[in-house]
Amino acid sequence: MAARNYNLTELMICVASRLMPDSTTVFIGTGIPMLAAALAQKLHAPNLIPIFEFGGIGATLEELPLAVGEYNTFRKALAASGICDIMETATRGFIEYGFLGGAQIDPYGNLNSTVIGDYRRPKVRLPGSGGANDVGSLCWRTIIIMRHDRRRFVEKVDFITTPGYLWGPGAREAVGLPKGSGPYRVVTNLALLGFDEETKRMKLLATHPGITVQDVIENTGFKLIIPDKVEQTEPPTEEELRVLREEIDPRGLYISKG
Amino acid sequence: MLEFEIVEEGQGKLIQPPDIEAFREWNRQKPKALVDKLMTEQEAISRFVHDGDYLATELYGTVRCPMSLTREIIRQGKKDLRIAGQGVLELDLLLAAGLVKQVEITYIGLEVYGVSSALRRAVESGQVEVVSDWSNGAIAWRFKAAAMGVPFIPVRSMLGSDTLKSSAAKVVKCPFTGQKVALLPALIVDVALIHVHRADRYGNAQIEGISGFAFELARAAKRLIISAEEIVPTEEIRRYPDRTIIPYFLVDAVVHAPFGSHPGEMCYCYARDEDIIREWAESSQTEEGAKAFLEKYVYSVRNHQEYLEKIGWERLEKLREKAEKRR
Repeated sequence: MAARNYNLTELMICVASRLMPDSTTVFIGTGIPMLAAALAQKLHAPNLIPIFEFGGIGATLEELPLAVGEYNTFRKALAASGICDIMETATRGFIEYGFLGGAQIDPYGNLNSTVIGDYRRPKVRLPGSGGANDVGSLCWRTIIIMRHDRRRFVEKVDFITTPGYLWGPGAREAVGLPKGSGPYRVVTNLALLGFDEETKRMKLLATHPGITVQDVIENTGFKLIIPDKVEQTEPPTEEELRVLREEIDPRGLYISKG
Repeated sequence: MLEFEIVEEGQGKLIQPPDIEAFREWNRQKPKALVDKLMTEQEAISRFVHDGDYLATELYGTVRCPMSLTREIIRQGKKDLRIAGQGVLELDLLLAAGLVKQVEITYIGLEVYGVSSALRRAVESGQVEVVSDWSNGAIAWRFKAAAMGVPFIPVRSMLGSDTLKSSAAKVVKCPFTGQKVALLPALIVDVALIHVHRADRYGNAQIEGISGFAFELARAAKRLIISAEEIVPTEEIRRYPDRTIIPYFLVDAVVHAPFGSHPGEMCYCYARDEDIIREWAESSQTEEGAKAFLEKYVYSVRNHQEYLEKIGWERLEKLREKAEKRR
């Protein structure tokens, strides 16, 4: 195998970016989703409409935003409104994809970004939902980006900050969440995962270059669905890496973290 | 007929149940005359922020944030504050200064620089009580309900989550359709701080770029302090009245605060001051570090003017140039 000329953060950004089709609406949060959206706009999706929670709609992502309300989230944008308008736009079904992260995820794509340990006496108090719960509740399809290990991929999250498929098929509809919405893909440093249509449990779709199915199983704290055929992720192209390094994050704020 | 049935109730407490009748009475007595409200930040904070107040700020830490007013609250040591937290730097500084008692939280963190060490210390030690958890949308919608003058608003967020269980929301079946919705109680705060691009002496205020939740919060506060990059004559406001999102009668005090959002940014005016934001992220990792930062940037200056001199005009001018260049 040829030596790897990219790091795992760069790989995750490229994989996430390829999931963003042209001319769709994408709810973008801080971090990797911002880089992925910028990369998609510069390569295969020039008419991608990034939407940021504090009001930016359709920004041209020339420079990397460092915050979900900063100028680059509405620079050369189509509209600059406010948080109620954005969340209501999602409620009305206008936002196709939503990107999320978290400290823990379970087999149904439920996410925790609130506490580690007991809620009342937390071992670690994390920042809280922020816009995550709204994104995971209201967008049609959510894409989760996370590091892959047994501490993060757990059978049961300490706290459901953001609902995935909750306890299985029909659960989202039963609690009143919008019909036909829910987690769609999980992008990690090891693999690309999806969710089984019938059971709504997480399913391996593709492993990244140099990663085996066994590596993924060993780093997951619950039983994954492993289909007969597992694809291989295409490594980042020269063009993806060049744009990412030279145009999107030349200071290496994110991609230098490896 | 369909029943209006409560399906689920969050276990979080409400810091202040919404009293919409009292809010109407309160708003009735606010002056409707065009009164000059321009004053110093010292006067505004000392007159309109009290110990124990329920306080909210807009937008947040690194973006169009009333940082000069926040620093003045810390200098005046207004304590036992209850806050609604969607916050980055501003709430972090209040937490680190030990002035917060309770918080209704949605997100307190440092975005690109990760979790908030000040929040972790305050909550994990039990010094600050998290009375409820919400989503960002939920907090904004609660202000919206207050702005509408109604006691609650139905939304489709938070359903099925522990965020709902830890909030004070209630899930009901809609009496028209049977659809389950989360009812969020209106959030009326004692005092709100909002930083804007321009305002006149009476408090008519205009914002450029995204409006965050300024529209809703301005209408959900009993007292409202506006800080503005620029104080303009009322004729200027009257020329583009469509841009006024906060009319004067909502406002109690107007403070002239150029670079009032520093080290955060102000769109079209100046960029964020990355070095100082990073300095906070690093120094706030320890209690001593946080204290030293507060000493250096808050306690050791008497007012915003001295703060700006300490930061240095050359440095501030560079932030202006940076914003100008990317327009």
